[in-house]
Amino acid sequence: MSEPATTPSQTIGPFLSIALPWHDGPELVTSGGLTIVGTLTDGAGAPVPDGLVEIWQADPDGHFPHPADPHRADYAGLRPFGRCPSDADGAFRFRTVKPGRVDTEQAPHIDVVVFARGLLKHLVTRLYFPDEATANAADPVLQSLPADARDRLVAVDDADVLRFDIRLQGDGETPFFAV
Amino acid sequence: MSYVDDSASHPANDSPDYRSTGLRHPQSDLHLLPQRLTELTGPMFGHDRVRPGEDDLTRCNDGEAVGQRIIVHGRVLDSDGRPVPDTLLEIWQANAGGRYRHVNDQWPAPLDPHFAGLGRCATDADGRYRFTTVKPGAYPWKNHRNAWRPAHIHLSLFGQAFVQRLVTQMYFPDDPLFFQDPIFNSVPEAARPRLVSAYDHDATEDHWALGYRFDIVLRGTGQTPFESEPDDE
Repeated sequence: MSEPATTPSQTIGPFLSIALPWHDGPELVTSGGLTIVGTLTDGAGAPVPDGLVEIWQADPDGHFPHPADPHRADYAGLRPFGRCPSDADGAFRFRTVKPGRVDTEQAPHIDVVVFARGLLKHLVTRLYFPDEATANAADPVLQSLPADARDRLVAVDDADVLRFDIRLQGDGETPFFAV
Repeated sequence: MSYVDDSASHPANDSPDYRSTGLRHPQSDLHLLPQRLTELTGPMFGHDRVRPGEDDLTRCNDGEAVGQRIIVHGRVLDSDGRPVPDTLLEIWQANAGGRYRHVNDQWPAPLDPHFAGLGRCATDADGRYRFTTVKPGAYPWKNHRNAWRPAHIHLSLFGQAFVQRLVTQMYFPDDPLFFQDPIFNSVPEAARPRLVSAYDHDATEDHWALGYRFDIVLRGTGQTPFESEPDDE
């Protein structure tokens, strides 16, 4: 049997809000937790009002509710996936809990996916935490990046929230990954 | 374990013929992210996110959608040939006149009060899925002079790992608009046929609906399935 080749990606287009926003999409926890905010901007610095940001993360014990994780994820009250369309100002927001360390090498992180009209294939990046300087300095993914790119993956304390802006192109472009 | 590199299947984000890519594609090269546990796991949404009837887009607001009724079905597989069971599909599309139920769609084809244009279902144990809908119309857009999008249905899938996430569009066979569509043609030529459904007379229902088959293949791990597993048909 020959192996079937994979189905190509296509842009999510301008009308994703017909189907993809979930009423509970941005809320990974039902109470408490931390708030992550950000703005999605394009190469001219203009807000991207028709994008979709998704996040996937471990629970505070560093575990995933998934058969590939040998540990049992038994942290209650967290759905470790979030989805938020960007609004007219390009803004998105999630409420979640800080993930634990998945292994002894990587600092706590959240995988972030960006879809938009004009993106033919989704982009992947990572969010790291500003209160983890020691762990971030040893993280193999962060350390594989040039220093200026590294800093752009660390969220910023902004009053009571964490800010993680995503710039698709140009000055301050967010580093994106091939996974 | 890791999932195979399938970048040869996908369009480049820097595809200038599709003008909206201009300010939205990254200019720096992508950095390599070795697949670790965060990428090898992923949300396992399935039947839990689907309500009864969401696989039928033709019944809405106590009435029936206008247009050519069609059945869209197929299997979700990985590139090793294994079915992907109990995985969520979310779809959205224009109505039969090519109009989306969206505030920003200004194309003056009529809205259909009985067509919202979104559906959900989950695959069964063999990776099979099935929707009932109407064939979407083609519609004009401003990308270039006399630009028309070929009829298409948008699909979103999770698979079983973060790296299997896929958002794509399904097209219809022999569409005369392919030649001028920069979104369809952004895909490497050899991979374009994998975006096109096939007319399926076995799925067509007498005096009811035309059948189209669209199999969807997500990244696999490159490991051959066990001999005892049934071959896909």
